[in-house]
Amino acid sequence: MSSDPAARRSATAARRGAVSLLLRLAPLALAFALVAGLCALLGASPAAVAAGLWQGAFGSTDRAARVLATLAPLLLCGSGLLFTFRAGLYHLGVEGQFVLGAVCATGAARALWPHLPAGAVVALCVGAGALGGVLWGALTGALHTRVRVSEIFAGLGMNFVAQGLVLYLVFGPWKRPGVASMAGTEPLDGALWLSTLGGTDLSPVALLLGVLSLLGTAVVLGRTHLGLRLRAVGLSPPAAEVLGVLAARQVLLAFAVSGALAGVAGALQVLGTFHRLIPSVSSSLGFLSLLVVMLAGRRAALVAPIALFFSALNVGSLELPMTLGMESSLAGVLQGALVLFALLSPRAARGGGRSEVA
Amino acid sequence: MSDGGAELLSLLATALAASTPLVYAAVGETLTERAGVINLSAEGAMMLSAMVGFAAALSTGSVLAGFAAAAATGALVALVVAIGGIYLGRSQIAVGFVLAMLCADLSSVLGGPYVRVPGPTVSAASIPVLRDVPLVGPLLFQSDPVVYGSYVLVAGAWLFLYRTRAGLLLRAVGEQPAAAHARGAHVTRVRTAATLVGGALVGIAGAAYSLDFKAGWSHRHTAGYGWIALAIVIFGGFHPVRAALGAYLFGVLSSAASLGQSALPSVPTQVFSVAPFALMIAVLGLTSSGLLERASALLPSAARRPLLRAFDATPPAALGKPYPADDGAEERPRGVDRSAEERLRGVGHGAEEPPRGMDQRAR
Repeated sequence: MSSDPAARRSATAARRGAVSLLLRLAPLALAFALVAGLCALLGASPAAVAAGLWQGAFGSTDRAARVLATLAPLLLCGSGLLFTFRAGLYHLGVEGQFVLGAVCATGAARALWPHLPAGAVVALCVGAGALGGVLWGALTGALHTRVRVSEIFAGLGMNFVAQGLVLYLVFGPWKRPGVASMAGTEPLDGALWLSTLGGTDLSPVALLLGVLSLLGTAVVLGRTHLGLRLRAVGLSPPAAEVLGVLAARQVLLAFAVSGALAGVAGALQVLGTFHRLIPSVSSSLGFLSLLVVMLAGRRAALVAPIALFFSALNVGSLELPMTLGMESSLAGVLQGALVLFALLSPRAARGGGRSEVA
Repeated sequence: MSDGGAELLSLLATALAASTPLVYAAVGETLTERAGVINLSAEGAMMLSAMVGFAAALSTGSVLAGFAAAAATGALVALVVAIGGIYLGRSQIAVGFVLAMLCADLSSVLGGPYVRVPGPTVSAASIPVLRDVPLVGPLLFQSDPVVYGSYVLVAGAWLFLYRTRAGLLLRAVGEQPAAAHARGAHVTRVRTAATLVGGALVGIAGAAYSLDFKAGWSHRHTAGYGWIALAIVIFGGFHPVRAALGAYLFGVLSSAASLGQSALPSVPTQVFSVAPFALMIAVLGLTSSGLLERASALLPSAARRPLLRAFDATPPAALGKPYPADDGAEERPRGVDRSAEERLRGVGHGAEEPPRGMDQRAR
């Protein structure tokens, strides 16, 4: 033991750092242990399940590409959610905005093709998707600020209305000639499909847009006046009003930005992945991105690795029914358990507030 | 009876069957929310309970054991909400939402072996004497015990909330926890009890689905029902009888969908499943924007008050707020938080509104 006070202080700091790291990792370990126990209960060795998940996610170039393809919408939706979380909102309507983006992109493709060149149509489709998301986001925001419906139920309600709209279109006006089915609308013309990397599912444009949106979000929230205003509203709406920040306007803005990004994600799923509008176009990726942002503690820097991990789990779990006879929903259980234990962990209560708004 | 009459009767009977699980879930969630706790996990909890209830009934051969297991599952999920949201002071919204996702996936993982396996169901039993009452008898009293139980539940929940001391205490804890505390109420304990009972009822709703309404289990068997129950709680203005009426309205809408299909073939039946949400938003929009109040000013006051009361959807004042109030150490996005919404509308505005007292509710 050194008698030098500075050295002693640094040793104490190091110990405190180690303890805080352990506390931070404990809920994650607990979640993994829980899922491992669940595997054992179902008669599969946890190691085999882990190997299966890894194989399913990164076992071939195709699969690894699919992981990156699923990452793109998660990054887009996650970026938008960072805005609404910063403004202190629980925005469960991201799912509906995603769906409306897909609807508007499909509508734009049907209206514009083949009257315009393919490149222009694709760009306009993405723009239409963003507009659709903004429309849905602004409606949710207006329900919250003007009509005073809680943003949670406004968002959930709008999700279901969006789902109803898709079902109406797929089974009604946009049904495939002759048959209407859950398989969706008539596929888009091949010229409108986003180009993918070497026969895989990965569209570099979609991934690029996802990465750019997250980087842009980090800059806007961390370095601009808008980020500061949103933070002020999130921390205390009345205090923000006293300082001259109109809370309702910031809330609407956060909803609109979140809607735009989720709408782009929906448009990209139509153009790049499904090539048509299907009832399950969102694949619950909007809700999954909520879990990502919650686990990341609303920190932009953590959204990317967690989104990648969750995306790998989603893709990897598709392998489980085939090789181990287990349900692919196991990935969802692990994702949910991770977020739940992180929420309940003691760390979240202590320094959480400060670090999350930093 | 004429053909049309028989058709209408069978439509209403289908509606009643579809509504019964929702009645259990919506009344359960109403009890929880009146105590000031939002249990957002209903979607997942109901799905997991439906699966567990079916599995338990299948392996024991007893439907009753199935219902007990489902109730226990629902209460267990609610316990996590209570620990996180009440004791640890975490956001009830966050904990509930994560549980909704987690339990739904858990029901798929654990329920794999039970998919499309034939199993026990609740057997029909008509009530003597009452079943012979014209019109009402064949509709309401020639069903099964699960349906009859839902009548008892609605009446019991109303009696409990508005005619007992314990019910008054529960409402006090949801409206003014600090005042209730000052009067000697144990806020945390009351809220935990309300959350657990509400969760057990959501669990029973799951079993009412998988052992009665649509007997059996398949992936995401009850999908959407939990969210709809949450919508109906708001639509029902946090009142058990109105919540039950909301559930019946949903049942009628969804069973009328099959008739609507022949009348409007271009509208797919699935679209009708969004009706409760559209209605919920419409009701909330009408009441909270003050539009209804302004419009009703044109009516004579005798007609005005019942109308306003029928559409009142004001949430309990302390809904979603932790107690004791957090000291600011934990960041906490707003839940269904009236004061936050009032803050949004402008500083000081909320104070001008008269506080909605307990007596107003108790009448």
